[in-house]
Amino acid sequence: MTAVPNNSNSLLERLLSGQAIALAKSITAVENDTAQAAELLTGIQPHLGRALVVGFTGPPGAGKSTLVNALIVELRRREQSVGVVAVDPSSPLTGGAILGDRIRMSEHTRDPGVFVRSLAARGHLGGLSPMAARVIDVMDASGRDVVVVETVGAGQSEVEIAEIADVRVVISAPGLGDDVQAIKAGILEIADILVVNKADLPLAERTVSQLKSMLSLREGEMAEVPVLSTTATTGEGIVALADAVEERKGVAVTAEDRAARALQRVRRLLADATAQRVRQLIRAVDGANVDDLCAQVQRGELGVDDAAARLLRQLQQPEDRDGA
Amino acid sequence: MTAPSRVLITKIGFDGHDRGSRIVAAYLRDAGMEVVYTGPWQEIADVVALATQEDVDVIGVSSLATDHLLLPELMTALKEAGLGHVQVVLGGIVPDQDIDGLRAAGVAAIFHPGSTREQIVDEIARLAGQARSAA
Ligand SMILES: Nc1nc2c(ncn2[C@@H]2O[C@H](COP(=O)(O)OP(=O)(O)O)[C@@H](O)[C@H]2O)c(=O)[nH]1
Ligand SMILES: [Mg+2]
Repeated sequence: MTAVPNNSNSLLERLLSGQAIALAKSITAVENDTAQAAELLTGIQPHLGRALVVGFTGPPGAGKSTLVNALIVELRRREQSVGVVAVDPSSPLTGGAILGDRIRMSEHTRDPGVFVRSLAARGHLGGLSPMAARVIDVMDASGRDVVVVETVGAGQSEVEIAEIADVRVVISAPGLGDDVQAIKAGILEIADILVVNKADLPLAERTVSQLKSMLSLREGEMAEVPVLSTTATTGEGIVALADAVEERKGVAVTAEDRAARALQRVRRLLADATAQRVRQLIRAVDGANVDDLCAQVQRGELGVDDAAARLLRQLQQPEDRDGA
Repeated sequence: MTAPSRVLITKIGFDGHDRGSRIVAAYLRDAGMEVVYTGPWQEIADVVALATQEDVDVIGVSSLATDHLLLPELMTALKEAGLGHVQVVLGGIVPDQDIDGLRAAGVAAIFHPGSTREQIVDEIARLAGQARSAA
């Protein structure tokens, strides 16, 4: 008999049982922040924290997607089920996106043990979709052993990936313009594992030694970060990468770790969400008032900071506007 | 704000010319849609798995030779997988005598080489809305 999805159970139940179509629908719900999402997110809470979340970040073209593909091969060999969240930027002009990471992972399309979801960053300035953390939670709840998150190292994404992932893999490759400089400042700091991919290219060794000498300038823990060479296209070095990921799982991922990171993330999300609301409020403030403030700033009568403070006061006491 | 429509642009069968798919993918992106792009040589079971995982509203298949003849099989496979709401459109070179059969199989739209960008974008946007309200 064909497996027609059983709709008599709730979406939450079907998600928890690991059904692919329920996982897909749940991701859509949390990504679009629908009414159903709140219910789902509450319902999955007791089922979270089982998956190992591995972040893959680095410049475009470094071979992240190809490397994720190769890692999936190894994880499947180790009988782990895998979820992948592949994030690509949205066009800032139209909001649209072409999501092509999974082209590199097509050998796993029909493997029920592998579920790949492409996400657009949706206007989020960091490389990560604002909903990525929730999508990861949903994958976790569906029983995936490992969840790999691929993001372009851009904007605030390294901060976000650092908060979300249990193991942070930063990928570089030779021949990306400035070589090591192509790894953004700040991105090295979050790495648990550094990978120089495209080890088959002639300049790879130089990239490795550059990275190692950069690391040797750091104190303490940074100096311990392993630098691995991989050739994602052939699978060379992938076993060592999978081992390094597993090692981190044993060492660094304690429950307290996760709880502290989760709290930090929620704090940042709260700040972001509040800022978003304030922005909306400001847009709704009646135009004449804002125009007046702008004119004063333009004439040099008022600093931008002072004008902002006044605007905030107006938002807190909207009735003041009428009294003027 | 409504969430962007999600469209899978893919090619089944043996023909690897994906220039048309790339152009359409770019049209849809520029119209604000999220396009999952897979490249050529997908099998029916691949497309079903892709559409499932990506929860797309519309699947766009490009066919230049005889690959369109696989579409009735795809339609059946989608229904069996519980994806009956997903709209399937076809673009490329489709002989006149095949059109009725494809329509009867449930293919929602067929775009010929003369189709304009506007026709393609508008029709896919309309179908995406329809798919989402049926999901
Ligand atoms: N020579 C070589 N090319 C690679 C390797 N890994 C990936 N590539 C190629 O690099 C390009 C970008 O790969 P992709 O995985 O899409 O990079 P991403 O943008 O970081 O996700 C593709 O053409 C890959 O085939 C590698 O180990 N060696
Ligand atoms: Mg990629």
